[in-house]
Amino acid sequence: MDFNYTEEQTMLRDSLSRYLANTYDFDSRQKVVREGKGWNPAVWTAFAEELGILCAPFSEAHGGLGGGAVENMVVMEELGRAIVLEPYLSTVVIGGGALKAVGGAIADELIPGIIAGNVRIAFAAYEPQGRFHLNDVSTTLKAGQLNGHKAVVEHASNATHLLVTARTGGAQRDTSGIALLLIPADAAGITRRDYLTVHGTSASEVYFENVAVGDAHVLAADALPLVERIVDEATVALCAEACGVLKVLHAQTLDYAKQRKQFGKAIGDFQVIQHRLVDMFMEVEQAVSMTMMATLKLDSDERAAAVSMAKAKVGKAAKFVGQNAVQIHGGIGITQELAVGHYFKRATLIENQFGSVDFHLSRYENLTLAA
Amino acid sequence: MDLNFSAADVAFREEVRAFIRDSYPAWLHEKIDEGEEMAKEDFLAWHKILHQKGWIAPAWPVEYGGTGWTATQRYIWSEETARADCVRLMPFGLSMVGPVIYTFGTPEQKAKFLPRILSGEDWWCQGYSEPGSGSDLASLRTRAERFTGEDGKEYYRVNGQKTWTTMAQHADWGFFLVRTDPTAKMQEGISFLLIDMKTPGITVRPIITLGGEHEVNEVWLEDVIVPVENRVFHENKGWTCAKFLLAHERTGIAGVAASKRNVERIKQVARQTQDGADSLLANPFFKRKVAELEVDLAALEYTELRTLAGESAGKGPGPESSLLKIKGTEIQQRLTELALEAAGTYGAPYFRSMGEGDNSFAVGPDSARRVAPVYFNMRKTSIYGGSNEIQRNIIAKMVLGL
Repeated sequence: MDFNYTEEQTMLRDSLSRYLANTYDFDSRQKVVREGKGWNPAVWTAFAEELGILCAPFSEAHGGLGGGAVENMVVMEELGRAIVLEPYLSTVVIGGGALKAVGGAIADELIPGIIAGNVRIAFAAYEPQGRFHLNDVSTTLKAGQLNGHKAVVEHASNATHLLVTARTGGAQRDTSGIALLLIPADAAGITRRDYLTVHGTSASEVYFENVAVGDAHVLAADALPLVERIVDEATVALCAEACGVLKVLHAQTLDYAKQRKQFGKAIGDFQVIQHRLVDMFMEVEQAVSMTMMATLKLDSDERAAAVSMAKAKVGKAAKFVGQNAVQIHGGIGITQELAVGHYFKRATLIENQFGSVDFHLSRYENLTLAA
Repeated sequence: MDLNFSAADVAFREEVRAFIRDSYPAWLHEKIDEGEEMAKEDFLAWHKILHQKGWIAPAWPVEYGGTGWTATQRYIWSEETARADCVRLMPFGLSMVGPVIYTFGTPEQKAKFLPRILSGEDWWCQGYSEPGSGSDLASLRTRAERFTGEDGKEYYRVNGQKTWTTMAQHADWGFFLVRTDPTAKMQEGISFLLIDMKTPGITVRPIITLGGEHEVNEVWLEDVIVPVENRVFHENKGWTCAKFLLAHERTGIAGVAASKRNVERIKQVARQTQDGADSLLANPFFKRKVAELEVDLAALEYTELRTLAGESAGKGPGPESSLLKIKGTEIQQRLTELALEAAGTYGAPYFRSMGEGDNSFAVGPDSARRVAPVYFNMRKTSIYGGSNEIQRNIIAKMVLGL
């Protein structure tokens, strides 16, 4: 058993961490948020060219570092520490994950583009009525034409490609008859309504009206098992991001509790605050443990159960640590002025992303607790 | 002991319902449903209708403009206004400074200020917290020095900074805690001043909160001159007024009627939200959370009713009101958590389009609109009015004698 990073993984973490500390400070980030585009293309170029992190999980044959899920975990935690807006999760983890899984000519064509920063992929799977259920798909692909509506597609406005689930047969919630497509984001018949999320990224409602889809665009037919695996990998990467977010929330709150004086002493001298900070610390540590556990089980039979355990635990931690970071900061924690409030927002959105705590507890029950 | 309403109470409920149905402005409903920003006049529209009817201050003694209703009738009133989604009345005059003035004020202060609170002519704000004095309010440092003016009258010169001043951007008057004796022990050198917000030397600066709202402000006071007759109660005895007001604020803060209305709203949303093949309300996890909320809300409600019954028997709101504040705000926060959870994926969009000139932008179901900003905003409730940690200290000390 070994929970240590390799030398290469440590270097990846350190170089990204250094870059973000130097260039991605809170004020620069907020400036990008205020500009209202939901990302900064220059940062993406730097990720590709200066840092080379976009190649982390790809094979050497595709120009990558030969890494995988652990590399994604390393990167995502650092991105979480700086509440980075740019689309590593959707492009590299999800889009790249799908391409790695299907392989072949399309992977050979597009993965080098991802690594170079030119190909960006948005994940259009969830639907307005579908809540967190990936099998709830009413978007249809019939006779080469795609029709439907996908909800809250993050980073669609800056994507070159959309990764789309569509029903080729069966009823709305059947687990069979769902295809996974990769189509150009500017294909005729695609319209979007773009908006910002409360976290500052962009997202869109994406509508398909008779979009022509050829065989070359179909990554996989009857693809739900593949989609679930891709989303499990993404969920673990999101947990890693959460770990970064929560570590910063805890560190900033601890710092504040040592500095802020009331009743003639630091509020961190009060036992009620001490115990709260200890409880937050325990939540963070367990979130980190569960994220590592699930990352290392992604290729095992226990994948789905392990991922749902991790997300349930991380979701609870995100709520507890986020709420108490604000509570201990007091009023200043609810303002736009301090970073802590913005980390709290990110932690809050992570709670429900790829499924709420309840959703993952139910999934875990269904997978493991047959009566 | 009797939990039933009398025939008179039932008749009163009908009267209240009919009045709200006939008098509450429909446009105000629409504005709130659309999630539009509320202007000062919007907040005051319902206030003025109630003033005309004579129902603006049910909790006040009749001699100062109260309605003379029983505790049960007041309970019915708050239930019915919440049920009908009536806009919240600003508490700073009606529930905060008003009771301080009729309890501790001079006849002149009562005559001058109370009618204008009732009519809505004066909008009040509260100058309590300071950057260095939050939970430890009594450490406040805003200084008021007394001097005799050239006209031979007595004045205070006030210098300092207040913060978290809700709706100060609209305020005509503010009630401020200031230090009049810096040599006295903390609580003993404080006075309670009423300050005209148009007085030279006052600067109000917005603080923008996480949901993007401008609700709270910093208030800077530089050589603000205040006549001594605007001090309520004795010099250096302002802490008595402050504590009285905080205890009053805490009972109102429980928000039982509004929370009951919000539980109904969440049930309705969950019923209409699909979760797999069923509705979200059929999801056993979600349903259990709604049930737990209803149980806790009932416990709060009957605790509040007991407290109110004690009050009408002549006991003022005491340290027990801290219980209502803690439990009431926890429930309010849990309601916003559930609303956000119910919204699912649609909790993420911010109510702002990236397209140009598109102000009526909305995505997802109407019920999901603004749930995240409201969730962020409501974190304030366990912080303001004395944080919930401080409320537990109060109960430990004042109720349990620890």
